[in-house]
Parts: sequence; C-alpha cells; structure tokens
Amino acid sequence: MRRIGVIALNTFREAVRDRILYLLLFFAGATILLSRLLSLLTVGDRLKVIMDVGLAALSFFGALMAILIGTSLVHKEIDKKTIYTLLSKPLRRIEFLLGKFLGLAVTLLVLLSLMTVFFQAYVLLLGGGMNGRIFLAALYIFLEMVLLTAVAVLFSTFSTPILASLFSLSFFLIGHFSRGLLTLIRKIPAGFSRTGLRILYLILPDLENFNLKTEAVHGLPLPAAWLLTSAAYGLFYTLFILTLAVIIFRRRDFT
Amino acid sequence: MAAVLTVKNLRKSFAPGFIPRRKEILKGVSLEVEPGEIFGYLGPNGAGKTTTLKCLLGLVFPDSGILTLFGRPHLSLSARQRLGYLPESPYFYDHLTAFEFLDFTARLFGLKKEERRKRISALLERVGLADAGRTPLRKFSRGMLQRAGLAQALVNDPDLLILDEPLGGLDPIGRKELRDIILEQKRQGKTVFLCSHILQDIEMICDRVAILVAGRIMSSGRLRDLVSEKIEFTEIEISGLKQEELAGLGESLAGQEGRILLKVVGEDKVDDVLSLVLSRKGRVHSLLPRSLTLEDLFLDTVKSS
Repeated sequence: MRRIGVIALNTFREAVRDRILYLLLFFAGATILLSRLLSLLTVGDRLKVIMDVGLAALSFFGALMAILIGTSLVHKEIDKKTIYTLLSKPLRRIEFLLGKFLGLAVTLLVLLSLMTVFFQAYVLLLGGGMNGRIFLAALYIFLEMVLLTAVAVLFSTFSTPILASLFSLSFFLIGHFSRGLLTLIRKIPAGFSRTGLRILYLILPDLENFNLKTEAVHGLPLPAAWLLTSAAYGLFYTLFILTLAVIIFRRRDFT
Repeated sequence: MAAVLTVKNLRKSFAPGFIPRRKEILKGVSLEVEPGEIFGYLGPNGAGKTTTLKCLLGLVFPDSGILTLFGRPHLSLSARQRLGYLPESPYFYDHLTAFEFLDFTARLFGLKKEERRKRISALLERVGLADAGRTPLRKFSRGMLQRAGLAQALVNDPDLLILDEPLGGLDPIGRKELRDIILEQKRQGKTVFLCSHILQDIEMICDRVAILVAGRIMSSGRLRDLVSEKIEFTEIEISGLKQEELAGLGESLAGQEGRILLKVVGEDKVDDVLSLVLSRKGRVHSLLPRSLTLEDLFLDTVKSS
C-alpha cells in the first residue's frame, strides 16, 4: 500500500506539472463563463441554461482530461523507459499500475473540484443560490471520469497514446449512446434479435448512468435506489476494467 | 559462499512485427556471480546483454531457464531490496528535480525521511551533482543524467549493483570517478555486475568476465587466465635506417618523416634490430612490447563465432 502511494504521489506531481491540463482548465472555465452569453440568446429560465451548459462543460472537459492524462502518463513511462528503473525496485507490477491509476484519480478529483467550485461561485454571482445538486452531479461526473481513466489506462498498457485515446474516446461516445439500444429493444418483437441486442446492451458501457444533469437542472426527483445502483455500476465497471489492465500488464514484456 | 546471482540455461526469443517471426536472442546462457567480485558481462551490440539483464530484473519473461538473486527467485521483492540498477542511457522524469527523483526512488525502498535526506545529499556529492540537486532533470546533460542514474542505483546501498553500459555519455573525468565508485563498492564487500562493450576501462577493474556473442557465452573466466601476460610481438619505432636494411627482421607497419614503425616477433629479432640500429648510428624512438589484451580476446571471440 505504501508503494502504491509513492507511485500515486509521483503521478499526481507529474500531472499537475503538465501544462496541457491548465489549458483544458482554462477552456472549461471559459465555457462556464460563456454560458451567460448563451443564456441571453434563449427564451426561458436563464439560470437553467447556465446550469445546463456549465454541467455539460464539467462533464466534457472532465472526460477529456481523464482520457488525455490517462493515456499519456502510463504510456510515457513505458516509452521513456522510466519503468525499467521502477520495476527493478521492490515494486510489483500491479502496485505500479494501481499507483498510477490512483494518482490520476486524485489529480482528476482536484481538477474537477476546482471547476465545480468555480461553477457554483459563478451561479451564485448570477443570482442563483447554493445548489447541492451541482455537487451531486459533479460527484457522478467524477465517477464517470474514474471509469474513463481506468479505460485509458487499460488501452495504454498495450497500444500507443493516439490509439489508446481513440479507443477511450469511442468508449466515451458509445457509453453515452448505448441507451438508445433500450428504445430499440422495446420497439422490436421478442426473439433472437431482441435477445442479441439485450446482451449487447449489457456488454456495452452505459455512461448515462452518471448523467444527473437534467435532474439537477430542472429539480426533478432523484431516487436513492437509482443513485446507489449508478454508483455501484461505476465502481464495479471500474474494477472490472482495472482487473483486465492488470492481467495484460502482468505478463507484458518491456522491450 | 553462495552465488549472488545465477543464471541457468536462460533462453528468450521475441516475435516482433505484424507477421511474427520468432527470433532467438538468448540461446542457453548460464553464469554465476560470486559475492564481492566485479563481473564484466561483455559482448558486441545486439549480443543479448541487455536482454539478459531485463530477464533478471523481471522486465521480460524468459522462455525457459532459472534465475536467482541472493539465492531467491529473481522476482522476489526481498531480493530487489538489495539490488541497484542503472539502465542503459537512462532517462528520468522531466518534471522532477534530481533531489525529488532520488527521494522518490528512496521512498520505494521504504527509507525514513531523515535517512533519505542524509543519504541523498551524500549521494549527490558522491556522483558530482551536489550543485544540481534543485535543477529539474529535463535540464540535465547526458553525462549528468548518467550520474543521476548512478545515484538512484546506489540509493538503497545495494549489495549487488547492476550497471548497463555505465560509461555512456561520461567524459574522461566521469569515467575515472565511476571506476572509483565501482572499486569502492568492491572494497565494501559489495558485488558489481557490469555490462558493456567499452573495454578499456573495464579491463583494469573486472575480476571475471564472460563474453556473450549472438546469445551464447563464448568465453568466461578470470581475466588473467583469459588474457595471458605473454608478449605477442614488439613494436619498435626507429629512424636513421632504410627500409631495405630491415628486411627479414620484421614487418614495417608505417613510416613517416624518416621514422619506421616495425612489428617484430620474437625477442631474438628485437635484439637484432637494436644492434643494427646501434651499428648504423640510428635512433630508437620507442619500444613497446604488446601482450594480448581483453580487446584482442574480445575481437578474436567475436570473429571466430
């Protein structure tokens, strides 16, 4: 556990000293600020538009950060051969990988917290109140980011950063559209194809589980059972992906 | 005493590329390193030296063979605790300073804060980076990185130090300092495993060597057994004589500005040359007896394979 912590700390340090993250942070901030402009162009509750755009910005830039640092930081260790030195120390491969993942997750937590606090402050400034739902929605965005990081780490254990980024981005997109399959399943008659689609839906990630934006913005009810299932879904999916990553990483030759 | 490091019948092949074709890198390598010795693992580029090391360090998995460190399986963490490793052309984290980097590696060994601070300062001093402790590693030159690499290999005061091409990037002063550090390790009873194709500096310090060519150990043993003290030939540089006069005494290697460099085989012939020079009032500029060097042995082994 101590060694996982040491790797995590180094990963966190490496990530926060990377300038690209600040660029993304800047763009996320800019998008939140510009949501005011969008709200002027729309009819209806302006605050709701700001909330909607702001949360979408958190979700989008959070995913981008997770994929970007997730794919680059693991691959960099292999590419620059820093992993040679590390693995010659009393350090198991699984400890290395988990340390890396944990460091990335902590980095994302810090970044997302910064963005969320900034966003809430902006909402306050524009006349909205303190809204616990913003933080709840951000928490679920964080769960999604953690899962995406695990996916990025998985892909970067065996492919190049560009491919790993593409794969992870595909995972993100598929994850947000896979719910469409449910509609399709309802529409077609029972039979082979319906069962097939159902299996496909089970295998594919469903990242809409972590999307609380509509409920948060419009003040819709958030049943506790749903929240708990979503959190458990995220946790288990992340564990599953991490296990796959560890299995691949354990037997890999570093040549 | 039990061997510090043993490799028994190690085999490893890789299948790179889109259409994999197995390429055997190590074809049954066996060697043993005794405690307290400096062992030179030599071989031309591509012989499989680094692959052997990677197998030992658990970076690649051998096809077959037994590897032990301190009498334990080579992947055991307690064996790693006593090991120091300097990779070939090391590259370290850009974002860390030399001090932070060493602190990071020392933490992996579980050293306490106070001990880390003390040891790192001493190490930075020892490898000649005392003034560069607060400089980010991205600003380091190749030689400085090599020094930082050596420092991280020594951070746990290892009983076995494995160095892969340690002379790369070092200037003559750096080479001498590295040699001193290696000898100091030996004085403290530590073992050093040295992997290299640069021979001059190794010749002087290795107790035993093994020469690896194309995945097989072609020659191994004590250096003085492998390299005899016997004089092979003598090089004499003379002037004041004509080439023709020396016919039959030796082979003329080069001649410039009236000087002749003669390769003479056998001591009688050397006496003959010297008396001839004396009688013709010529001059002897230099006389060098040549014995077999590690380099010759190395070249012979590589050629004969």
